[in-house]
Amino acid sequence: MNIIINGTTYEVEKNTTILQACKNAGIDIPTLCHDERLKPTSACRLCLVEVEGTKNLVTSCSTMVKENMVVHTHNEKVMKTRRDVLNLAISNHPLECLSCDKSGDCKLQDYCYEYGILNGTYKGAMRTPKIDSSNPFYDYDARKCILCGLCVRVCDELQCSNAIGFEDRGFEANVSTPFNEGLINSKCVSCGNCVSVCPVGALTPKGQKFRHWETSKVRTTCSYCGVGCQMDLVVKGKKIVDVEPAMDAINNGLLCVKGKFAYKFINHPDRLKTPLIKRNGKFEEATWDEAYRYITKKATEIKENYGPNSFAGLTSARCTNEENYLFQKLFRAVIGTNNIDHCARL
Amino acid sequence: MANVTVTIDGQKISVPKDLSILEAAKLLDIEIPALCYDPNLEVVGACRLCIVEIEGSKKLETSCSTKVKEGMNIFTESEKVVRIRKGIIQLLLDSHPNDCLTCQKAGECYLQKYAYEYNLNFRKHNSAMRPQLIDTSSPYILKDDSKCILCGKCVRTCAQVSDRKVLSFSDRGYDTKIICDEDKNLEESSCVSCNRCVSVCPVGALIDKRQINKLRSWEGNSLTVNCKSCQYGCEFEIKSKNNKNVAVVAKSPSNGRPLCLKGRLTTELLYVDNPETPYSKIDGKFVETSWTEALNIEDVLEKINKLNADKSSLGDD
Amino acid sequence: MTNSIEEILNTDAMFVIGSNTTENHPIIGSTMKQAIKNGAKLIVADPRKIELADYADVFLQLKPGTNIALLNGMMNVILEKGLQNKEYIEERCENFEELKEIIKEYTPERVAEICGVNTEDIIKAACIYAEADKAGIYYTMGITQHTTGTAGVMSVSNLALLCGNVGKESSGVNPLRGQNNVQGACDMGGLPADLPGYQKVFKPEVIEKFEKAWNAKLSSKVGMTIPEIFNGAHDGSIKFLYIMGENPMVSDPDINHVKKSLENVDFLVVQDIFMTETSAFADVILPAASFAEKDGTFSNTERRIQRVRKAINPVGDSKPDWQILMELMNFLGYKKTYSNPSEIMDEIASVTPSYGGIDYERIENVGIQWPCLDKNHPGTKYLHKTAIARGRGLFMPAEYTESAEIPDKNYPYVFTTGRILYHYHTRTMTGRVDGINQIAPSSYVEINETTANRLGIENGDRVKLTSRRGQIETTAKITEIIDDDVLFMPFHFADGAANYLTNSAADPIAKIAELKVAAVKIEKVN
Repeated sequence: MNIIINGTTYEVEKNTTILQACKNAGIDIPTLCHDERLKPTSACRLCLVEVEGTKNLVTSCSTMVKENMVVHTHNEKVMKTRRDVLNLAISNHPLECLSCDKSGDCKLQDYCYEYGILNGTYKGAMRTPKIDSSNPFYDYDARKCILCGLCVRVCDELQCSNAIGFEDRGFEANVSTPFNEGLINSKCVSCGNCVSVCPVGALTPKGQKFRHWETSKVRTTCSYCGVGCQMDLVVKGKKIVDVEPAMDAINNGLLCVKGKFAYKFINHPDRLKTPLIKRNGKFEEATWDEAYRYITKKATEIKENYGPNSFAGLTSARCTNEENYLFQKLFRAVIGTNNIDHCARL
Repeated sequence: MANVTVTIDGQKISVPKDLSILEAAKLLDIEIPALCYDPNLEVVGACRLCIVEIEGSKKLETSCSTKVKEGMNIFTESEKVVRIRKGIIQLLLDSHPNDCLTCQKAGECYLQKYAYEYNLNFRKHNSAMRPQLIDTSSPYILKDDSKCILCGKCVRTCAQVSDRKVLSFSDRGYDTKIICDEDKNLEESSCVSCNRCVSVCPVGALIDKRQINKLRSWEGNSLTVNCKSCQYGCEFEIKSKNNKNVAVVAKSPSNGRPLCLKGRLTTELLYVDNPETPYSKIDGKFVETSWTEALNIEDVLEKINKLNADKSSLGDD
Repeated sequence: MTNSIEEILNTDAMFVIGSNTTENHPIIGSTMKQAIKNGAKLIVADPRKIELADYADVFLQLKPGTNIALLNGMMNVILEKGLQNKEYIEERCENFEELKEIIKEYTPERVAEICGVNTEDIIKAACIYAEADKAGIYYTMGITQHTTGTAGVMSVSNLALLCGNVGKESSGVNPLRGQNNVQGACDMGGLPADLPGYQKVFKPEVIEKFEKAWNAKLSSKVGMTIPEIFNGAHDGSIKFLYIMGENPMVSDPDINHVKKSLENVDFLVVQDIFMTETSAFADVILPAASFAEKDGTFSNTERRIQRVRKAINPVGDSKPDWQILMELMNFLGYKKTYSNPSEIMDEIASVTPSYGGIDYERIENVGIQWPCLDKNHPGTKYLHKTAIARGRGLFMPAEYTESAEIPDKNYPYVFTTGRILYHYHTRTMTGRVDGINQIAPSSYVEINETTANRLGIENGDRVKLTSRRGQIETTAKITEIIDDDVLFMPFHFADGAANYLTNSAADPIAKIAELKVAAVKIEKVN
């Protein structure tokens, strides 16, 4: 069917939302509560657009296109309403961009900049200063929560843990665990998928502080279980400081507690940093050359005396394909034995 | 050059003896916070943030202006240093507007960076704040005195070009401010909009107006290019967002790199997808102008057009 | 997995047996729960009332070691009710008569007795599985870590074939691989009988091909499996042992035996990212780079070859494993260099038919599932689509037999082991993450309320567990999720390590140890 967006006619498929149609047409509509993977709830009101012939503005995330629909996404009425929505949101939001860990990756901040909201003008009561820091991996700061519900929905619809929900109503509403027992005492499995979807600084990972603009991201495969989730390592200098799930992969934007939070072994001080050779029962630091020569000497001696079948190697399900390939090649082609196995049975 | 050996935060290093402590620390990857220091500018020791503790010395020294000496044992983050440094940053924050939400400088602001590193925040208070003097007279530079921390880098860089020297300090104490000429606004002053001052300002007091509302410092991609206007080849960053080049940012002027408006506009015209209208200052007034006028190439273009017209009238093609 | 993870969303029924999916494959666990929201039915069979049991239409809390009886029982019901896919069996399978012959003895009543479950539940489970249009079976070590592991897998396969669930979307036989690249380590020939791509070392044409490709003389004698290697080290026939990224001093059965074996080898090289319980025995330790410090690929449980990318430089003087192995090869006289792992992948593709079409450029954005035979091959979403790979699906019926060690007067409890959400294998990595250790700090044994009460054990008490192989101390965790007289321990922890107790008796074919069933005694430590 055809619809007209901002004066241009576009051909769109049936059962498409206005938001999706605009996205396909390259028109950017702001959203705070939208996630393609979740059912729309029209909570944030930021994606409002004007549809000719309709009295009120409609939420584009939940309104389906109709034949010959005429849509305005950025006219003055729409812009004014969006500015009001943002003004209301920021009026009730602590102005802590100076120190907020989300700064630089915050949708509320982005839109305030884009829509020229310098400051909230609706002065009055602020959200309750509730903070749940009981979980060892992340904090919930209700002051910064904009009640978009993404965390609640991802926990329910995708992670399917149902650990969190809305508590109280109206101005007092916030995200909580049943009976307000705190995240650590709830059904929460610390997957951090709520943290990954939070558009503002309400759900933030604990751990090393960093500013988003000091980091770069590297797409890789999780090193834990065999599901093979895709994720971005967030790198600051020589350190991994955060992990974000990839959307366009088998894990569909989800990770588990290990993938999301258990990356801190990488830069752990215990890491082995130099080859070690045991002398008189004690490990002593050695150069690579010394280590290789020592192994070569021993391997040559043992091979001469006992033959290749006195060698065995355990390759690793933790290492890459290329490394496993080289390991068995080393044993088969260089040493001359098939005594290779790994922990596939463990 | 003779070398001296010093110990900085427990690490020994041998460095040329004419280095400052701040420069020596840098060789060890130790970054000492500093707001008024710039390797290309005269050292003034104004901001006091780069203070360090030297064993055997009673008072703290500014590391930018103190040279290394043999055997010096230096602590850049001792408890005393951190306490005083935090005090300095907090004082600056106390008279600085809480505007990181939309401030164009956010993400590149040194005050923001150090406040974050030392866990400091804006405080609510009823004492004086810097006056809300915002000079919007120039289409190229936004001068916001309320955000100025008086580091003086703008004054020093402006003075490095002999025929500019537009900016200077005025008044004293809490009333101290940076003025153009004898306290004129940017439009009426002799400012040539070269953006040298903008490129060195550590905070949001001097902003490139043509960047505002285009993108945040952390957004999009950037590509460094050299200006083609003259042989200096000043460096500019081309900022792009959503595959469109949206802004040109002057990089800090190093030695012999003067930066000028013409060069910047030339770069804008060449790289930006939808460049904003250029302005020229005529008799102390900024007026909208054409690209040919702004770049001062009317006669050149005229001649080229004439040559092309002559060629086609001869039926060359 | 014969099928793909995303196919789970469209399945009609899932049969999860011997897999605590939400803890050990959390993202697949969530996908299963999403499938349930989409209307899929769920059957769970496990000795513990795991989280998925709460979502199950039927939950069969079977005794450890009785999988084959249960599977046979379900097939008995299916055949009895005529729910099998007759057309599929006729066209695509063989050996059906033999299956029927064995299965007929496994009436639901008899199986209920063996497994300790209700007859009705077996019937219900069989009907749900057989009546679903697309039904997938998902299993892990709960099936395989038995002396009858191979027969267990065959029985799973029998059930799937019986209902025509192999070679069809959203169905299949789906072992969920436990470790990030256990699939790839197998694919790459990290096995004693297999060269890359499961090409057998005893086939002359295979040896000839690899000798040519590698320019080296190769042995055509099948090598030793891990248990055989440790036995060899123990009796002195293995002199030189090289362990890369493994920690058998925690992960392998009968740790006392492993310890003696490691002590006995002449020369032990351990290559790892941390000091481990195993590296303590090494003569040389080589520091390896972590996954964040190198390029490469992992192959996941659905056979998808995906990129691993370097994000930071190797810490200290550590080096990526591939570089260490390459340099060592050269020291040992085999001259070959690779400047980048992509060159190794190109070599892999040239000798491994199932990886034939893989190169880094093709998998830059999205991984490809093998078999991927050439550069134009799109990869394979699910196996056996047009025909069963070997020609016809072979029914391999198996009789139920008891585990190698069953409880007796001296060791009266069934002891079983597994993993938990918060830790990975031997905690070399997860044990160094503070938050993880806060939630899951130490070893424990799950014990049923009744059993605990009988023994006067309370939650949090220190207890001593003893098997014929060893003894450990741990903490009692009293829970309803486990049956009376059954004890469960996660094997991750070196302190109070479950594997001091486990039985190294192994499946005769796969040589997999019976980590899921041992006999132990438990007593309170005073």
